[in-house]
Amino acid sequence: MQNTQTPEYAIETKSLFIFYGSFAAVSEVTMKIEKQKITAIIGPSGCGKSTLLRAFNRMNDFVPSSYVTGEILMQGQNLYGKEIDPVEVRRKIGMVFQKPNPFPKSIYENISWGAKINGFKGNMDELVEQSLRSAALWDEVKDLLKKSAYELSGGQQQRLCIARTIAIQPEIILMDEPASALDPISTLRIEELMQELKKNYTIIIVTHNMQQAARVSDYTAMMMIDDNRSGGVIEFDKTQTIFTRPKDKRTEDYVTGRFG
Amino acid sequence: MNPTHNHFPEGPSFRSTLNTRYRVASVWQALFFSALLIAIISLTALIYDVVDGAFGYVAYDYKKDPATFTSTPLEDLTKEELLTTLQANLSSGAYNKLNNEKAMETRLRGELYTLFLERLIQLDIKKTWSFTESIMRAGAIRTEAAEKYPDAKLEFRSWLTPQFLTSPMSSKAEFAGVRTAILGSLWLVGIALLFALPLGTGAAIYLQEYAPKNWLTGIIQMNINNLAGVPSIVYGMLGLAIFVRVLAPLTSGSMFGVTDTNGRTVLSAGLTMGILILPLIIINAQEAIKAVPDSLRQAAYGVGATKWQTVWHHILPNSIAGILTGSILALSRALGETAPLIVVGASTFISVDPRGPFSKFTALPIQIYQWTTRAQSEFHAIAAGAIIVLLVLLLTLNATAILLRNRFQRKY
Amino acid sequence: MQELKNQFKNFDLHKKPRIGEDAIQGLLFIAGILSIFTTLAIVYELGKEAWLFFGDPEVTLAKFFGTTRWQPGIGQFGIWSLVTSTLITSFIAMLISLPLGLASALFLSEYASLRARSILKPILEVLAGIPTVVYGYFALLFVTPILKNIFGDVVQVYNMASAGLVMGIMILPLISSMSEDALSAVPRALREGAYAMGATKFETSIQVVLPAALSGIGAALIIGISRAVGETMIVAVAAGAGPNFTFDPFQAAETMTGHIARISGGDLSYNTIDYTSLFAIALMLFLVTLVLNLISQQVVSRFRERYE
Repeated sequence: MQNTQTPEYAIETKSLFIFYGSFAAVSEVTMKIEKQKITAIIGPSGCGKSTLLRAFNRMNDFVPSSYVTGEILMQGQNLYGKEIDPVEVRRKIGMVFQKPNPFPKSIYENISWGAKINGFKGNMDELVEQSLRSAALWDEVKDLLKKSAYELSGGQQQRLCIARTIAIQPEIILMDEPASALDPISTLRIEELMQELKKNYTIIIVTHNMQQAARVSDYTAMMMIDDNRSGGVIEFDKTQTIFTRPKDKRTEDYVTGRFG
Repeated sequence: MNPTHNHFPEGPSFRSTLNTRYRVASVWQALFFSALLIAIISLTALIYDVVDGAFGYVAYDYKKDPATFTSTPLEDLTKEELLTTLQANLSSGAYNKLNNEKAMETRLRGELYTLFLERLIQLDIKKTWSFTESIMRAGAIRTEAAEKYPDAKLEFRSWLTPQFLTSPMSSKAEFAGVRTAILGSLWLVGIALLFALPLGTGAAIYLQEYAPKNWLTGIIQMNINNLAGVPSIVYGMLGLAIFVRVLAPLTSGSMFGVTDTNGRTVLSAGLTMGILILPLIIINAQEAIKAVPDSLRQAAYGVGATKWQTVWHHILPNSIAGILTGSILALSRALGETAPLIVVGASTFISVDPRGPFSKFTALPIQIYQWTTRAQSEFHAIAAGAIIVLLVLLLTLNATAILLRNRFQRKY
Repeated sequence: MQELKNQFKNFDLHKKPRIGEDAIQGLLFIAGILSIFTTLAIVYELGKEAWLFFGDPEVTLAKFFGTTRWQPGIGQFGIWSLVTSTLITSFIAMLISLPLGLASALFLSEYASLRARSILKPILEVLAGIPTVVYGYFALLFVTPILKNIFGDVVQVYNMASAGLVMGIMILPLISSMSEDALSAVPRALREGAYAMGATKFETSIQVVLPAALSGIGAALIIGISRAVGETMIVAVAAGAGPNFTFDPFQAAETMTGHIARISGGDLSYNTIDYTSLFAIALMLFLVTLVLNLISQQVVSRFRERYE
């Protein structure tokens, strides 16, 4: 396999359109996501942030009428190519959801399950401990590993979901407003965790919260809907630039709170 | 960066494990589907079995030679000839009894012909064959019949005939019909519905529109759900104890001057059936009422309607289709129910039509039960015929319910 | 216009008695509470006669639960011969209906396309709508001959195996539709979580969705058992007419329900031990099914709470 990309990019999109039936929910997105950085996608409600995020690991496949044109390239392979298996894509691109969704299993099994189905052959106990440590949860749950994941608090559940994602060692972690259902303290812990995680992983995060984007991300993509109610990336740059010297007037209005 | 990283299969080795995973999955998927296949096969087998039983060859002979009564070939006998032959050869007592049941002159040719076969030449069934046998081994059947029953005639017949629908019960399978049973079933479900529909709708209105959210309402609701799961035979026992025994003066009609019955009447059975379908009707009606949007209630209250005015003018008209659909489904349940009728005391042999609520009765499923449990195969054949009648009735009812549902669906 | 308005000028907002409204509400309340009386009547009537039965000096609990022959007419009161056959037929029925029902639910909720569902679901509904006496006919005249062909003469004309098998087919649609409800009540987020870990559709269905729906499926199982225990016509037609204490499914043995149907179908006079004994059996049936139904309802409502 030939590496045609410069190595510092984890994934890129080329003229990506996402359709629901005949409606283009996301239009014309072309962007390169840098490796081991946090990229935030911001924008008002309904602008297609989540739809774009879910396109990266083909979660939109489950919406019956949806399809994609254009390309998403990872190591030169188009994720929407005919020969690509979406299960393999998701194996490499993990996801953390808006609401914590641990499996109705024990804490231990929540971590080990993904590894097991993906053919993990090493020491499972070690993997579980490591993943929980990486998600800053180990100290809180090390004595409760056999307990149901539902006994944890919301913030802990979300960190468990991060831990189970880390356990299968993906290349990229997608986060869909991972802190929106959590209290401020839990939110802070997740944000600290993200800084820790970006040493090993590329993170793409969708967030409603501009302060959060400003705090945690290295790059920010600003999305907005056009006259056809179709979402698009209107500006994509270093986070600092977006929040201090945006080129687009609409971005400026949005980040300064003058919008919607 | 991570010591365990290498333990995950990558590239081709991952792909090969993934292919194994897919293979396992498709095997299981096929297994899951085969469960449905078994259900489909069972249903097909059941319907096949019933149809198979209702048609086929039958070998029969006459105990007396037709020539002793008439010289005309049997098929050509006219009504008048039949009448005179019957009058001449039946004992006068037997003839008068028949005449009292229904005047002989008013009977159709077919009825008289049946009497002629049954009473005079005494048709006697030797053996019956199923539809499949009749088709697959027609030759062998002919040889067998010729060897074993040299005097018998072999004939391919349908047990489900117009005559089967209009004849009353008979102790001989070839002359028996389901007329009494159909009428009994209609009386039964009629009484059940008359009892359960207003009460069930009333209860549903109370629970959905009036009942406060308190422990009593909770208990009523839980109780209704539980009643829907009580075995039907227990309802039969309740009917036996209450309607047949305690309320005998009412259900036997002795309060009203009817003297020739006990409590085992179509009224008792109908009320028992009514109690049985009551929870089903309530639950269905509640669903129908729940589907009426709240905005409609608020609109009615908004112009100063009282609760009952709201219910009567808005909620009922908008949920009546759903309530009726539910009632039809409950009705079809009642039509097929057998166990409670046995307990309440359906008559197993009765040839007089039910004439009122205080009549003794039989019902379609009771006849099916009776005939199925007889040893002779000709009774199995008429059981199959009766099952087809019952299934057609149920199909009609359910089709009506579906039509009703589709017609009134998606109003809001 | 002004004039018209003046007519309404004096109004009184105090409560006025509305006799019609109150009477209607009263009637509706009676309709609502009637179901409670049904239950009370069942408990009272069954209890009263059962009390008479157990009050008979000949009947002792030791005989009732300690012996295995049941023939109240000649002083034999061992309920076990009826109970074992009820358990055996129900067990066979569940052995058929649970795996098949669950498998069809999994197929319908996880794999079937909308088109396939619209064909397959009505077939199950038809199966559910067939009167049980028809299933009895099917058991006696179709399944029993097949069993006899396969297993030979060990299979009696009336036998528990055939009745149980057909009862399983009868209960299959119930298990299937309740399990399907449970499976589809599992939130989408859980499935997405599994897919996002690189799970295949099958792994998601079996290892995540199925365990999450387990309590709902348990409720279906319990309702299924309750239905099997209370089913009368299939066993009355196909399982045998006469109590028989045996564990051999190919033998004829009468179940509790079948016994009630046969004895009450004959000429039964009130105030005999035969009459009261039927009520004792019916009371047992009622209590067993009541407990099963209550447990199932509790399980279902807890299950719903969890995912709402």
